[in-house]
Amino acid sequence: MADGYVVRVSGPVVVAEGLEEPKMYDVVKVGELGLVGEIIRIQGSKATVQVYEDTTGVRPGDKVVNTKQALSVELGPGLLSSIYDGVQRPLSVLREESGDFIARGISIAPLDEKKKWEFQAQKKDGEEVVEGEVIGIVQETPLITHRIMVPIGLRGKLKGLRSGEYTIRDPIGSIATPQGEVELFLATKWRVRTPRPILRKLPPDSPLLTGQRVLDTFFPVAKGGTAAIPGPFGSGKTVTQQQLAKWADSNVIVYVGCGERGNEMTEVLATFPELEDPKSKRPLMERTILVANTSNMPVAAREASIYTGITMAEYYRDMGYDVALMADSTSRWAEALREISGRLEEMPGEEGYPAYLGRRLAEFYERAGKVVVVSPDKRVGSVTVVGAVSPPGGDFSEPVSQNTLRVTRVFWALDASLASRRHFPSINWLTSYSLYVDTLSTWYSKNVADEFPALRKEALEVLQKEAELQDIVQLVGYDALPEAEKGLLDLARMIREDYLQQNAFDEVDTYTSIHKQYVMLRTILAFGRRTAEAIRRGAQATQLSSLPVKSKISRLKWTPEAEVDRLVEEIEREMGEQIEGVVREAVAQ
Amino acid sequence: MIPLTYKTIRQVAGPLLFVEGVNDAAYGEIVEITNALGERVRGQVLESGKGLAVVQVFGSTLGLDVNSSSVRFLGETARVGVSDEMLGRVFDGLGNPRDGGAPIVAKEKFDIVGSAINPYSREEPSEFIQTGISAIDGMNTLVRGQKLPLFSGAGLPHNVLAAQIARQAKVLGASEEFAVVFAAMGITSEEANFFMREFEETGALERSVLFLNLSSDPSMERVLTPRLALTTAEFFAYEKEMHVLVILTDMTNYCEALREISAARDEVPGRRGYPGYMYTDLATIYERAGKIRGRKGSITQMPILTMPADDKTHPIPDLTGYITEGQVYLSRELERAGIYPPIDVLESLSRLMNQGIGRGKTREDHRGLADQLYAAYAQGKDVRALSAIVGVEALSENDRRYLRAAERFEKMFVAQGVYEDRTIEQTLEIGWEVLAELPDSELKKIRPEYIQKYRKKASGG
Repeated sequence: MADGYVVRVSGPVVVAEGLEEPKMYDVVKVGELGLVGEIIRIQGSKATVQVYEDTTGVRPGDKVVNTKQALSVELGPGLLSSIYDGVQRPLSVLREESGDFIARGISIAPLDEKKKWEFQAQKKDGEEVVEGEVIGIVQETPLITHRIMVPIGLRGKLKGLRSGEYTIRDPIGSIATPQGEVELFLATKWRVRTPRPILRKLPPDSPLLTGQRVLDTFFPVAKGGTAAIPGPFGSGKTVTQQQLAKWADSNVIVYVGCGERGNEMTEVLATFPELEDPKSKRPLMERTILVANTSNMPVAAREASIYTGITMAEYYRDMGYDVALMADSTSRWAEALREISGRLEEMPGEEGYPAYLGRRLAEFYERAGKVVVVSPDKRVGSVTVVGAVSPPGGDFSEPVSQNTLRVTRVFWALDASLASRRHFPSINWLTSYSLYVDTLSTWYSKNVADEFPALRKEALEVLQKEAELQDIVQLVGYDALPEAEKGLLDLARMIREDYLQQNAFDEVDTYTSIHKQYVMLRTILAFGRRTAEAIRRGAQATQLSSLPVKSKISRLKWTPEAEVDRLVEEIEREMGEQIEGVVREAVAQ
Repeated sequence: MIPLTYKTIRQVAGPLLFVEGVNDAAYGEIVEITNALGERVRGQVLESGKGLAVVQVFGSTLGLDVNSSSVRFLGETARVGVSDEMLGRVFDGLGNPRDGGAPIVAKEKFDIVGSAINPYSREEPSEFIQTGISAIDGMNTLVRGQKLPLFSGAGLPHNVLAAQIARQAKVLGASEEFAVVFAAMGITSEEANFFMREFEETGALERSVLFLNLSSDPSMERVLTPRLALTTAEFFAYEKEMHVLVILTDMTNYCEALREISAARDEVPGRRGYPGYMYTDLATIYERAGKIRGRKGSITQMPILTMPADDKTHPIPDLTGYITEGQVYLSRELERAGIYPPIDVLESLSRLMNQGIGRGKTREDHRGLADQLYAAYAQGKDVRALSAIVGVEALSENDRRYLRAAERFEKMFVAQGVYEDRTIEQTLEIGWEVLAELPDSELKKIRPEYIQKYRKKASGG
């Protein structure tokens, strides 16, 4: 067999000649070290390859071998609680093989090939099965049951399927298809750049609850929806993403650290195993897959990392789970595209990004959704995608932000000026939006409280009004305002400080159940209504704003879930008494 | 492999040489170029194809020609020899002795680009470094293994501050060996002399390694200087188990050198003419800070950059901020108000602060106190802007309290002497004194029990 050879090398881009049957997106191995790369352009006998590892030392004449396979990930038990690089090499094994620094040219099986899994067959010999059908289960972690499905494209009679202990390399049985017998394994492969097929998409109708008040109450994302978090550096993108990864009520979380900081990934690695799932009290790591391609790791692997992540997410979706994928940050991914495009000497579009940036982003977000998966029992699963965007200089008019906003339905606008006054999460309540609010209001009315959508609207109106009043205050000063409007400003301040602000690093405040959110919001707004009423009856806003009950209201967020209802009762009682007291005094004067 | 020499230079363009007839130059290979006068400079292969290699010259292209100059391909990538004898020495931007001393005899040579640290091998930085500077220790705490840049502007005292940090930085209760690696890219000889004098006077020089590329030195060397410095730092951190503080100044000059090469290669420019891969390139420098599980040493980085026209959204500070774990922001406004160090805490940030503070590390009230100071200062500054329009008389009593708190914050907390080394307790106490202006009900970010315990009732409130 004829190997190809290198004719040109420039950074991560290598041009090879003489490859056997090069096809687009075939994986090739470059040089003596066998650096992994992917064919991204073919011109006559020359193939251009983007290499996923550092190419220092590669020279013209080095051999290039075509594996004739597209870039794929291996899907099977053992994915959960793993941490991979952008091309699905497990970093823990990589450490054992090459030490603390990542060496080049190492290929490692993504899944543990020696570990034995307890497989329970759920189908019998001779049964007819079709693609996507569950034939058995493996308890992958105490949190997640891994459903073993008939690979896409196969149908036929089962043969020799037995429960028992298997590694991912042992055949668990076989299937007699019209084309012949095919062995079945616990693990399968899938090409990362091809979305896994589905039967149809469903409209997303339940929220992805995150325990973050500003998100759940004001700007919810639906399960199967898409959200973008753009924000300048230091505005809290990563903390928000990590809070989502910790507390979102999906079954499986895929966290893609794409071109981000090494120490941040370490933080995730250090904290996730210690954190407990609020419901099951199991370590969160048992439902999490991490893909870490830090900024100093090869740029082409960064390009691949989000596809690696979403393919794994789709696989768990196909089992019927709700999966959430966090990509931090898609801007780094876009920059990888730009870098490679530049090396290919392609005609640049806006700001040097390739002309296909928008299409690629749209294709990626389109892989999200609540879907009926390919299966005879019409299982439903979902993939929610939350992408962080890092606009240069915090300017949202740049191409990555703009192309992302075109395809995502929730926009969480991070605001540097909020962050600099330590208002966290620094999500701007005036510019953010969620297009799911209307479709989800039925869910909120049914599952939280009838009045919840109305409360949400009321609170947003107060904040909106506050923004208008602030402009006036800038001109005439606070003291010149009428009493009613002073009262409204006080209420808005309470909503901002006692409700919207949430401390990710406080044991209690880091997560707020939707019930507690409702109770808190109801209490604050009730206080607002009562003080407004009191002002109409002659009370002064300044007197009302220094009532002792206010400090109890602000303590709500630090109060554990179990004690909230009791404290609220107390507040409601005192609120009435204290406000009445102020009114009596005012009337007496 | 025998190094081959070529006399087939076709073109010299800016810092680039195009060499014909070369068939197998390795990407990243180091070359030695001899010009018509017999002088030698080094270069590195940027692109290699059949029959053509593009070489970037480190150093001056003066005297290079297409007829008699020759290029020798050395068959190895950029490596540097390091040893413990480097402590106390001064080198140029390429690692040659600059202090008149003997060249370094190294047992081992290391690749200067270095491989990426496996994220799985990293240890979470969590040891508090006390710099003795309140605005940093109290509000934007530095921890071991962090990369925290100084965002400065022309004429601001970033050098004095960097020297003060290098002088005062210590980990409480620890007496481990530490070293300072200092890399200067394109700074003036005056600035270089300032640092050398500082290091000598305080006796820090014997624990330091200095790499100096001055403004008058070839700009292309600047691309190598930080990498040499970091390779040296890695040697001391991971082989010699020392805690190394790396100061890189000025990263703006480094980025300009990158842009120069990119322009010479006719690359598609990104923002403001800087290459599209600048983020990745900077990351390969900054990400070399950190700690590794099971190894004793650590690398803490403090890059300094001057923001062109004090513009934080300029690509250099912008991309840096996206990679580093926060920034310390120097403000011209505070400098004009006569406050040293002119650190604007609202624009500053330390992302790893939470790991380094709290009970057992600094003090349990640290987080809440810092958040409250932030919020109070931010509000106080808003009020200050408002009072400029409506006058102090029109402010409410509450607003006036915030105004006073902001004043005190700047004058008592941020401002301190160049040789004043405050302990963390002193810093926190001053913080509470600033908050004495505000009533308890305004302190919403501090847990009530800490207010009870630490608040100075005597001084007001």
